[in-house]
Amino acid sequence: MKRRSRELRKLKDLLVKLCSMGAALTGIVFLFWILSEVAIRGGSALNWALVTETPPPPGGTGGGVAPAILGTVYMMALGALLGVPPGLLTGVYLSEFARGNRFGAIVRFMINMMMGVPSIIMGLFVYAVLVLTLGHFSGYAGGVALALLILPIVARTTEDMLALVPNTLRESALALGAARWRVTIGVVFRSAQSGLLTGVLLAVARVSGETAPLLFTSLNSPYWPQSLNQPTANLTTTIFNFAMSPYHSWQATAWGASLLITAAVLLVTILTRLMLQGSKR
Amino acid sequence: MSDTPIPISTTLRSPAAAETAPRSASEAAPASKISVRDLSFFYGEHQALYHNDVEIAPSTVTAIIGPSGCGKSTHIRAYNRIFELYGKDRATGAVLLDGENVLGPDVDVIELRRKVGMIFQKPTVFPQSVFENVAYGLRIHFRLSRAEMAERVEKALRAAALWDEVRDKLSQPGAALSGGQQQRLCMARALAVEPEVLLMDEPTSAIDPVATAKIEDTVQDLKASYTIVIVTHNMQQAARISDYTAFFYGGRVVEFGPTRQIFTKPNQRQTEDYITGRFG
Ligand SMILES: Nc1ncnc2c1ncn2[C@@H]1O[C@H](COP(=O)(O)OP(=O)(O)OP(=O)(O)O)[C@@H](O)[C@H]1O
Ligand SMILES: [Mg+2]
Repeated sequence: MKRRSRELRKLKDLLVKLCSMGAALTGIVFLFWILSEVAIRGGSALNWALVTETPPPPGGTGGGVAPAILGTVYMMALGALLGVPPGLLTGVYLSEFARGNRFGAIVRFMINMMMGVPSIIMGLFVYAVLVLTLGHFSGYAGGVALALLILPIVARTTEDMLALVPNTLRESALALGAARWRVTIGVVFRSAQSGLLTGVLLAVARVSGETAPLLFTSLNSPYWPQSLNQPTANLTTTIFNFAMSPYHSWQATAWGASLLITAAVLLVTILTRLMLQGSKR
Repeated sequence: MSDTPIPISTTLRSPAAAETAPRSASEAAPASKISVRDLSFFYGEHQALYHNDVEIAPSTVTAIIGPSGCGKSTHIRAYNRIFELYGKDRATGAVLLDGENVLGPDVDVIELRRKVGMIFQKPTVFPQSVFENVAYGLRIHFRLSRAEMAERVEKALRAAALWDEVRDKLSQPGAALSGGQQQRLCMARALAVEPEVLLMDEPTSAIDPVATAKIEDTVQDLKASYTIVIVTHNMQQAARISDYTAFFYGGRVVEFGPTRQIFTKPNQRQTEDYITGRFG
């Protein structure tokens, strides 16, 4: 038997190590590039008016995206309200009641499929079902589209988080005579508390940057949102519209709005990290 | 097994009552707290227990010993039907608690589990305060005023010999206690609902010798009012605290009798080999 050269093996080791490190670095470089671009361009558009005033007329200067901020918050709240509870319950079902059963496996598969559906398709679906039947674009339709994106993410993270709770904990509660629902809510949920909250926040943060599902549902509007039953201003579509416009002032406003949304998502992500670390100790 | 020979004679208690207690099933029927009759158990297709028969007298400590994987945990997990958490597992035969078959279809499982408490190998403290941990079972089974609740929690903590150590820490998280304290907290939690039977599955295998000694003392104190079944890998422990011992092997009850007899003159060769550490 011929022995393989030790030098060659070491060289291969080194090569693989360098390649993977290089790939990782490339990713990080791009992240910082994006962040700095957004920070610099958005930073120069940042002022008090950006977060307090309505958008300027085409070609005009000044103004802000205050209605869009409000509209995004409203629709995200509606999306979370509609999407999080069924997501949590689906996760509970999968983890607590459907381990190893056939229907559970089907549901799990569907949830994974649903997570993979492009968000623009979700938008189109809600357009066909809600916008066309109601006859107009609305914030409600936007909220529903966001909810459909939030639901599967929350279901998945919930199942994963509950699966981390050791079975002996469930058994101890059952052994005291607790009914299944009581064990789930009082012991399993409580144990997974911070993980569940993290999952929900991350799902919301992720979906808050979606544009496609809103394009066909809430559309956009330059006005303060009076009711969600009409086209509703929102940040992502505003960025889309303003960035594509020929006006420099609008383009600057788009960068400002981008900075706001990026900062918000980053903040939520960091907060949840801290929360998770805090609870692990 | 342990490599030092076990000084059985010095560790053995003398359960005078135990040796005169009636043994055969027919004689023992009225005296037994638990009668296991022809219990077999299946994990799906895999049979883990074969025709177990055991008679457990009230106010005694019964030790279950045997090599790893012989079915000790499986056996006691049938007593409170905790195995039902997992769909495909099933038990056949009967486990009579005061004459009533707990495996029967009409049994109120919640009430059964109030009467038959269980302590697990590793402490399983709930993510709540010390007080709420003990109150957990009480809230399930009883409607109590605040004062009554506080009283019963204290009583349970005293019974588990933990009160003096935690009286100032009742509102702290249970997880902040030491491992040994956590295990006694679990005992207090189980005792709070005033069960009649206490099942313990290697309750001291994850904690240090001092904490183990405390739990063994507690078991001795509890014996007067509870029927205790304890699974252990520790022969000295079995000899120290139990009145009866069942030796399991390959899912069968190889030998069952007074602890003194099992440890000094076992009838079965296998039992003797296991106890003296010749296999396992
Ligand atoms: N959930 C399960 N599914 C399938 N088989 C199992 C399961 N749990 C235990 N078994 C099998 O049943 C048999 C008895 O297991 P059991 O846990 O009762 O043994 P034990 O005597 O308690 O062992 P130990 O001393 O290691 O705790 C073993 O062969 C084991 O592999
Ligand atoms: Mg076991």
